[in-house]
Amino acid sequence: MAILFFFYFAGVIVLTSILVVTLRNPIYSVLSLLIMFFHVAGLYVTLEAEFLAAVQIIVYAGAILVLYLFVVMLLNVKREERYHSQFPLAALLGITILTEVLMLAFLRGFSSEAPAVAPAVGDSAQPGEAIAGTGNTETIGEALYSTYLFPFEVASLILLVAMIGAIVLAKKKVGEGEA
Amino acid sequence: MSGTELLLDYLTRYFPILLFIIIALAFGVVTLLVSYFVQPKYPEAEKLSPYECGSEPFSDARMPFPVRYYIFAMLFVIFDIEVIFLYPWAVVFDKIGLIGLVEMLVFIALFLVAYVYAWRKGALEWD
Amino acid sequence: MAEVGLKLAFSLAQIAVVMGIVLLTVMVLTLAERKVLGWMQDRMGPMEVGPYGILQPIADGLKLFFKEDIIPAGANKFLFSLAPILSLVPALIGFAVVPFGPSRTVELFGYQFQPFVISDINIGILYILAFTSIGAYGVILGGWASNSKYSLLGGLRSAAQVISYELNVGLAIVGVLLLAGSLSLVKITEAQAGGFWHWYVFAFPFPQIFAFVVYVISAVAETNRVPFDLPEAESELVAGFFTEYSGMRFAFFFLAEYANMILVSCIAAALFLGGWNAPYPGTLLPENLAWIEGVVWFAAKVYFFLFLFFWLRATLPRLRYDQLMRFGWKVMLPIALGNILVTSIAAYLFPKG
Repeated sequence: MAILFFFYFAGVIVLTSILVVTLRNPIYSVLSLLIMFFHVAGLYVTLEAEFLAAVQIIVYAGAILVLYLFVVMLLNVKREERYHSQFPLAALLGITILTEVLMLAFLRGFSSEAPAVAPAVGDSAQPGEAIAGTGNTETIGEALYSTYLFPFEVASLILLVAMIGAIVLAKKKVGEGEA
Repeated sequence: MSGTELLLDYLTRYFPILLFIIIALAFGVVTLLVSYFVQPKYPEAEKLSPYECGSEPFSDARMPFPVRYYIFAMLFVIFDIEVIFLYPWAVVFDKIGLIGLVEMLVFIALFLVAYVYAWRKGALEWD
Repeated sequence: MAEVGLKLAFSLAQIAVVMGIVLLTVMVLTLAERKVLGWMQDRMGPMEVGPYGILQPIADGLKLFFKEDIIPAGANKFLFSLAPILSLVPALIGFAVVPFGPSRTVELFGYQFQPFVISDINIGILYILAFTSIGAYGVILGGWASNSKYSLLGGLRSAAQVISYELNVGLAIVGVLLLAGSLSLVKITEAQAGGFWHWYVFAFPFPQIFAFVVYVISAVAETNRVPFDLPEAESELVAGFFTEYSGMRFAFFFLAEYANMILVSCIAAALFLGGWNAPYPGTLLPENLAWIEGVVWFAAKVYFFLFLFFWLRATLPRLRYDQLMRFGWKVMLPIALGNILVTSIAAYLFPKG
């Protein structure tokens, strides 16, 4: 049953990601990206990462993709032809990455074991136990605000930098537009 | 309960939600379809022209719009991510104690720096 | 296998009942809004269809269903049809995690069921936030697809407004989460049992009254209601993003707006006003009938908020767009942030039991 769900979500993700880059109308690309985000969230749910699923939709579908949509409408591009001329470069990069992934997969072998990364909170290694009574959000919270304290603060600093960068770039554009 | 039973219990909680999404989508599509078949259709050029206070539409409606919308969308993305960090913290607040509180005070202080910067630079101004 | 079938049947029944109640409430609201506005302006409201006009919503619904559905020339047909669905579906499925009554279980054919909530997931409130943020797509795509200047402007304005106030909603609820220690609406409601002084709007150690005010104002703005109905400001933008819509597609936007009103009212009741908890400890009715009391209290709180929506509409003039954005970013956001700071310090100094 879980396998069935996995193949459904994974299939739709692959299909919609291909559509994102092949569709000529940018608005349709944004829509297929939206469908893809939902299926990624679905995949997270089947992996017991419900908090991540919600964040996936709130941040990616609800915020970043709205920004994309604004940009697409701002530039008023009806059909994007420019980037379709970069096919050879894209093909080269794609093939390189695919080879890498395949090599990694074959060298490591397709083992069904869990990845070697140790779970942050020791007692949640058993499947299902992390969500017993408390839930995935609590586990993330405890790990993030105790074990990964420093990376968390660094993340907040990065967000600050992103914010300043965004304003500097955008404000310059406004000045040029009004001039 | 064992691990597998818990997993099953967890997945059965999400199943009704999946069901609800499918039913809501189906409700939307079916209602529009049925309505499409029962309604009259008498198209004519005047009726189909987009509304522009009675005058002839004189330019492409999909005109470029101010960059300001884009700035606000960008601010929203960044602040939204910061807010997301607050949820797991709020939920486990009882368990992480003083360290958690101080940590989040530092985080909110940085948030405030970003906010004040945006304010001072006039990015929050809709003029 | 029998268990799976039984659970499926039970879930289907719950979904059907919830959707039925929501759509019925929308019908009641369309009439109630016109009646309440009428009374406040010393008119009678609709009186023609049925006694006191109570059949008006049915007449309106039938009319919209059989109306010609015009797609303007130059519109993108696919997106034009998709947009109403995209705005209606998120408004409906949010109800999946709302607890409508006491969290008791009933036994049916030897299995346990929760009758008053479709699904009690751990991330309840995040689930609702996630799907309300999708509602912006319907508006913005509807505005863009229509190929009309008014629609495009209305759609863009509305999208910018929705995302701005969504941020404030997200910040306002953090205070409640701090006190409740859970994201599940069922658990948050349960934590407020035992009298109105336990409701989070009044609760010790720090009453969430500021968060409550920020939430209600932002909720009004997010549902694009007066005084924040800029996207459909009749006097300047005709009808905003649904200028070109007619017939059933128009009805969908209308349904979505009212369903969203009900949804934000349900969340406000559950987070701040104790949900289905009565304002006094214990119950008046005997144990096996106590659920009636819970459901009635919940409905009463939701209808209080819905009445507030109408009241605001009859009272306040519309804001200007720059005022609206400034209010959201420069007034609501600092208040919500300050509330989080004070609440967290208070919650640290006075930990729960």
